Amino acid sequence: MNKWLERLAPIAFGIIALSAWQGAVSALHVPFYVVPGPIDIARAYLTDYAVLNPALLSTLTVTFAALLVATAVGVALAVAMAASPLFRAAVQPWAVMLQVTPIVAIAPLIILWVSQPFIALVVCASIIAFFPILSNTAAGLAATPQDLQDLFRLNGASRWQVLFLLSLPSALPNFLTGLRISGTLALVGAVVAEFVAGSGGFASGLAYRIIEASYRLEIPRMFAALVLLGVSGIVIYAALGLLERVLLRKRDA
Amino acid sequence: MFSLRAASKTYASGTKALENITADIAPGEFVALLGPSGCGKSTLLRLLAGLETPSSGEIAWENSQKPEPGEIGFVFQDATLMPWLNAADNIYLPLRLRGIRKTEAQPKIDAILAQVGLADFAKARPKALSGGMRMRVSIARALISEPILLLMDEPFAALDEFTRHRLQDDLHTLWRRSGKTIIFVTHSIYEAAYLASRIIVMSPRPGRIAADIRTTLPDGEERRTSPAYTSLVTDITRTLHEIMPHE
Repeated sequence: MNKWLERLAPIAFGIIALSAWQGAVSALHVPFYVVPGPIDIARAYLTDYAVLNPALLSTLTVTFAALLVATAVGVALAVAMAASPLFRAAVQPWAVMLQVTPIVAIAPLIILWVSQPFIALVVCASIIAFFPILSNTAAGLAATPQDLQDLFRLNGASRWQVLFLLSLPSALPNFLTGLRISGTLALVGAVVAEFVAGSGGFASGLAYRIIEASYRLEIPRMFAALVLLGVSGIVIYAALGLLERVLLRKRDA
Repeated sequence: MFSLRAASKTYASGTKALENITADIAPGEFVALLGPSGCGKSTLLRLLAGLETPSSGEIAWENSQKPEPGEIGFVFQDATLMPWLNAADNIYLPLRLRGIRKTEAQPKIDAILAQVGLADFAKARPKALSGGMRMRVSIARALISEPILLLMDEPFAALDEFTRHRLQDDLHTLWRRSGKTIIFVTHSIYEAAYLASRIIVMSPRPGRIAADIRTTLPDGEERRTSPAYTSLVTDITRTLHEIMPHE
């Protein structure tokens, strides 16, 4: 009963908040081009879904491509860092620097350098997304139990056997935690890159639709695009959380 | 089987773990390395396993035959099983690392599971096993490659008294039947007295050999209750008192 209450709580809260929002907007006669009510937003979506849905699809394509790239780069770097302390020493500060430099500042350069817009967007989003995968996986690899490493050595295991049979499986929980954080960051990265690219870029993502709507003062449409982004973020986070649970249960059950 | 010749180990930090260890170990001996914490007995075990090298002195193997990978079985204080593999697959690991196929290894795995009394738990993950069962899996894993030398680092220290007695009984039986050479690190006088055919008592920091006792206890039921066992325990206790620094 408590569990059900907890499940229902966010939905109930959402309904109450939306009703309050709609009530306030209607009662105070706020014009829809300043703050639209939920009904205006829903109406905007229903009118414009033919434009908004492909835009969402485009942004999500960039997001998933970036997440794939971030996973490949993050895991590869983590493995290389675990294998060679020298490589770790050489690369780690630069990885941190790349992480702390705001992507908004780098994105114009990347868009300038990479002529193919889709690739430019994916590169920007990957730069934001790869770090949690790298740091979590590296931490997991470093925490490989010493006794088990000794056991592998005693049995004449090769480096690859240690990596694939021991280190990677034991780092799996850390990797999945990193992946979940990176999933939502990839979405953020995709949107930021689209914003910077503007009409000069791919000109088809949700961020572009938001900019376009703001120029035309189509505020309800802007909100509709925002809602799509928020929902996508939650779905990505929940899906990767589910993946985490399923994989770990499969690994350990 | 091998001789330790003035083997010493000093760590980079300057800690002297072992000093001047000299001993000959014959094939088929069950040697208990007995001593207080920090006497370097685990370090000695790691030297024998080849996981560390002596700072000076050497380990001379009989016929200069350094053991191949898999010829030494190692059992750690914790069961150190891989949580994502079931009991059978954990035991299979040493053979898997040698490139032996699962189908080929299966009869051996089944036999050894039966030998350690876990025939019904082949598919169980470590999480589903008790502490004693996990240690049995760990021992089975050390035995699957048919090592000529079994090194055990306080394997029963974390188990409850009842489980410990059962495992001690089983290990002793295994040793008598197989004739394997076993080096068993422990800080329990009772455990050393019950299990070993030879007890090497080590003094604390830096580890030196303080006494080397050969035991002759009856095998079987009365081993743990015989007067010989009681007097052996008394002897070892006295020796330990002599070597421990008095405050």
